[in-house]
Amino acid sequence: MAASSRNRSYRIAVASGKGGTGKTTVALNLAAMFGEPVQLADCDVEEPNVNLFLRCDQLEATEVTMLVPEVDQQRCNGCGACGELCQFRGIVAIGTRALVFPELCHGCGGCALVCPTGAITERAHPIGTISVGQSGAIRLIEGRLEVGVSLVPPVIRAVRDHLLDEIPAILDAPPGTSCPVVATLRESDYLLLVTDPTPFGLHDLKLAVALARELNLACGVVVNRAGEDLVGLYGYCQSENLPVLLSLPDDRQIAEITSRGDLVARVLPEYGLMFAELAEKLKRELGTTGGTP
Amino acid sequence: MSKDHIRELVVLSGKGGTGKTSVTASFALLAKKAVLADCDVDAADLHLLLTPMVEQRHAFMSGHEAVIRQHDCTGCGICMDSCRFDAIRREDISYRIDPVACEGCGVCYRLCPAKAIDFPDRVCGEWMVSGTRCGPMVHAQLGVAAENSGKLVTTVREQAWAVAVDKRIPLIISDGPPGIGCPVIASLSGVSLAVVITEPTVSGLHDLQRLLALARHFSVPTAVCVNKWDINPQQTERIEAAAEAAGAAILGRIRYDRSVTQAQLQQKAVVELEAAAGDDIRVIWKQVTALL
Repeated sequence: MAASSRNRSYRIAVASGKGGTGKTTVALNLAAMFGEPVQLADCDVEEPNVNLFLRCDQLEATEVTMLVPEVDQQRCNGCGACGELCQFRGIVAIGTRALVFPELCHGCGGCALVCPTGAITERAHPIGTISVGQSGAIRLIEGRLEVGVSLVPPVIRAVRDHLLDEIPAILDAPPGTSCPVVATLRESDYLLLVTDPTPFGLHDLKLAVALARELNLACGVVVNRAGEDLVGLYGYCQSENLPVLLSLPDDRQIAEITSRGDLVARVLPEYGLMFAELAEKLKRELGTTGGTP
Repeated sequence: MSKDHIRELVVLSGKGGTGKTSVTASFALLAKKAVLADCDVDAADLHLLLTPMVEQRHAFMSGHEAVIRQHDCTGCGICMDSCRFDAIRREDISYRIDPVACEGCGVCYRLCPAKAIDFPDRVCGEWMVSGTRCGPMVHAQLGVAAENSGKLVTTVREQAWAVAVDKRIPLIISDGPPGIGCPVIASLSGVSLAVVITEPTVSGLHDLQRLLALARHFSVPTAVCVNKWDINPQQTERIEAAAEAAGAAILGRIRYDRSVTQAQLQQKAVVELEAAAGDDIRVIWKQVTALL
């Protein structure tokens, strides 16, 4: 994933392993202090929060759909080939007819391909929404999973598909280390890991670093709520060669400002400066817009 | 013990990092007799507080992954054209499947005219049964970049039920995952009560409402508790009003208390320390037992 091998501006994913470490706070404040036009993609589609802070009201919304099978019962002879192929029990043959369970379907299209009588066609099934808006220099792309839908990665892929190549992008990832995070990190150039110095934070940071290594992604760390107990965390970062790019103090003002839906970097100038510095460090690491380092 | 006498409680949050695991560990101690289940298989942390002694360890196999046998591949490209998950890439004259992107649907395996694709079982992680100072615990770890976290959650719950029946323990307490997607649906369906821990922020309120909508969808009763309520008292009131309007019971409030981090550092639950937040959790636990 060397910068020179791509034909677009860089993409920085913000992730954490543990939830609630401040991913969205870091992604938003970094975008606000980026110093040039930037895209901010909310890939936490289960619980998208970015626009609670940006408050763009003119959003252009597109429905995200997934192809699920539809069976023409007149043509179905109940042979069961579809159900044998399906790994997810999204379609099963019962007696002489095939039944579809759209909430279990992964949209692979295999059943339609193997049906010998041509009884299966595919229809678009809504699973979420992508909203695009502009707030100052920030272009927002928000993904939102429909409540009750379990399959998350297709909505995240749709968010990525709405990114423009010519503008740098910051991607706010969901918590964890499984498929939704992997879907966010795909085609990212850098991973910014946000952690706090608690035992939970450090434990889950290690999981996220293992994921970054697996995906061969360069990464750096932002420490949030840095209090007195930092030895273990900094020791770990040093042993893993992880640069700590920013330490935010354990300041109750940050919690209060964020709780209201405001951006710390815009309310308190000293934090504005810290995030502007973080942006400069990342730009140096990744090269300027459209160019190579 | 018959299954009818067992109650299952899951602790959820919508938004991550609101204090689910700290509250779950305290509930586990206050319950005195319960089976514990860590359903946050993606970033499991309950073991950091309850320091389990592992008694059984099992591989979690789920689904399959497609692998091309390079020497049998004729390079026709049908696999790549039929893959909806962008998991197959051309490499010189043959093709390669990215195991991380492979969804395990089996379409390429089925369509390959040279039968050059294998479709072996996939190891997605492991699950364990352990002993802790407050009862047996079932927990798991999903593999790095692995799929099927929902199925692993289902496995953890099934095993917790088996332990509860076997040891005649009438209560299961689960630490749930964040979000509203597949692992949350897997941990929520059919439980007796979902306790939702939220925080007094704009994100906390927004995420709570989506989670309560999901719980309604599955007809699961809910009860809400605001953690760190004194960070923003006005927002706490808004959240409690919204939760009541959505049909959830209000359990009470937990104040902002650095003892919660101190407890983590000592590998203890907050209620094992002399802590104000621990007193708040005791009051909430009484409400929970009344609802159960």
